[in-house]
Amino acid sequence: MKLIMAIIKPFKLDDVREALSSVGVAGMTVSEVKGFGRQKGQTEIYRGAEYSTNMVPKIKVEVVCDDDLAPRVVEVVQQAANSGAIGDGKIFVLDVAQAVRIRTGETGETAL
Amino acid sequence: MTISKKLCGTAAALGAALSASVPVWAQEAAATAAAPVPNPGNNAWMMTSTLLVFLMILPGLALFYGGLTRSKNMLSTMTQIGAAASLAMLIWVVWGYGTAFGPEGNSFLAWGKYFLSGITPDSTAATFTDEVISEYVFVCFQMTFSAITIALVIGAVVERMKFSALMVFTPIWLTIVYYPIAHMVWAGGGLFFEMGALDFAGGTVVHINAGVSALVACLILGKRIGYPKEPMPPHSLTLTMVGTGLLWVGWFGFNAGSALEANGSAALAMINTFVATAAAALAWMVVEKLAGHKPSALGFCSGVIAGLVAVTPAAGNSGPFGAIVLGAVASIICFIAVSKLKPMFGYDDSLDAFGIHGVGGIVGAIGTGIVYAPGLGGPGGADFVVGSQVVTQILAVVTTIIWSSIGTAVAIYVAKALTGLRVSPDVEREGLDLGEHGERAYN
Repeated sequence: MKLIMAIIKPFKLDDVREALSSVGVAGMTVSEVKGFGRQKGQTEIYRGAEYSTNMVPKIKVEVVCDDDLAPRVVEVVQQAANSGAIGDGKIFVLDVAQAVRIRTGETGETAL
Repeated sequence: MTISKKLCGTAAALGAALSASVPVWAQEAAATAAAPVPNPGNNAWMMTSTLLVFLMILPGLALFYGGLTRSKNMLSTMTQIGAAASLAMLIWVVWGYGTAFGPEGNSFLAWGKYFLSGITPDSTAATFTDEVISEYVFVCFQMTFSAITIALVIGAVVERMKFSALMVFTPIWLTIVYYPIAHMVWAGGGLFFEMGALDFAGGTVVHINAGVSALVACLILGKRIGYPKEPMPPHSLTLTMVGTGLLWVGWFGFNAGSALEANGSAALAMINTFVATAAAALAWMVVEKLAGHKPSALGFCSGVIAGLVAVTPAAGNSGPFGAIVLGAVASIICFIAVSKLKPMFGYDDSLDAFGIHGVGGIVGAIGTGIVYAPGLGGPGGADFVVGSQVVTQILAVVTTIIWSSIGTAVAIYVAKALTGLRVSPDVEREGLDLGEHGERAYN
């Protein structure tokens, strides 16, 4: 099993969710996060006092799927989240040791 | 009319039957008949104005200032405003009214009428014409002015001053600073009043006074921990915008109410409070743009307040176009004060009480001496001389600055001796909401 973690631009969330549904991903976890990479933050000015915030708001999407589906998931997320501009985000793929469905106690890929 | 006559008749009959005091009763009745009776229209307008000024404090100023602080100090800011204003109201009826507007007095102070002694529903206060208004209404109207002035001072000391220190500072400051200056400006026989200084709605008493006191208070209190290195952005400009709107609306009571009647002078003050403020709001945003920034929401709000402050002394003392120029000029000077002067000197006037109320008040007070001229559309007579009036205005401004600086220093040091003045660094970092009040604004 793989954990696919995608940090994307907030306005790309709907596109990514639709793309994931189209390849058969049935569930995901979404969180609002802040951070920075190559895209630096913006400057805020309040009555002349300048604050440069280097943290940019992003959305983190986490999906766990079986090993076979993982390359396809990465591909559709990359396409859906791409706007061609700096700050589009990153995708990380991690190995998952175990998964448990809390209600039934099922484990492994059947728990997904 | 019928009912009151009937009641009077009954009372008279009763009095006569019980103590045979008919002659005394008759004498009183004759005196009452001769006394001036307030016009209900004027009374109604002054009651409305009083409530509008109160609206400026709660929730107007509380939201305006609250939105500008960090979220951990939201309740502390609003509570300090509410509590200081409440204390000011109580002190006003005990000795404040007597000290500012009492029947006896000299150039600096008045006395008498403590605990509102002698004031009844039939008592009247003079206006600027032959009309009168109910004295209780006048007491209430002036009470809200003293309450908002102390609340304005809080803008410079938020996020670090102890609640208890403010509660000690408030009565001392009102007594030695506010009441004497209110007397000097507005009471017959007062120093500035006799000098002929023009101050329609309290530019010197309220704004220069509050602004300068705020500066002195924040200099003695010291900077917030982390200022100016840590970012301290406003936590809710939405609430600040709501507060700005309430302040602008309430300010019509403040300015047009200062005519003390629902007359043409109030009407002039009303239109000036619209147009000077609108000009100032736009001027601030234009200057932001020229300075290379974006025209901002906070810029709009700051411009509104700067314009309102500047037009306060000029409200009934200027034509609408003089007021527009005054508002715009004050806005530009206040912009420079808060965005250039403050960083240059490095004082932590947290919410710019001095930068906007002090500086805007000074520009407004001096400018009033210019826009009063009939040649500029002002209501001054044909014999009005700008030069000598401006000198009088400057004298009043300088006297106010000196008086409020010294008085504030005294009041702050007394508060420091009794309470310690500042919260501990731990409380300051955690926020005054939890540390001083045991609550959070947002859960």
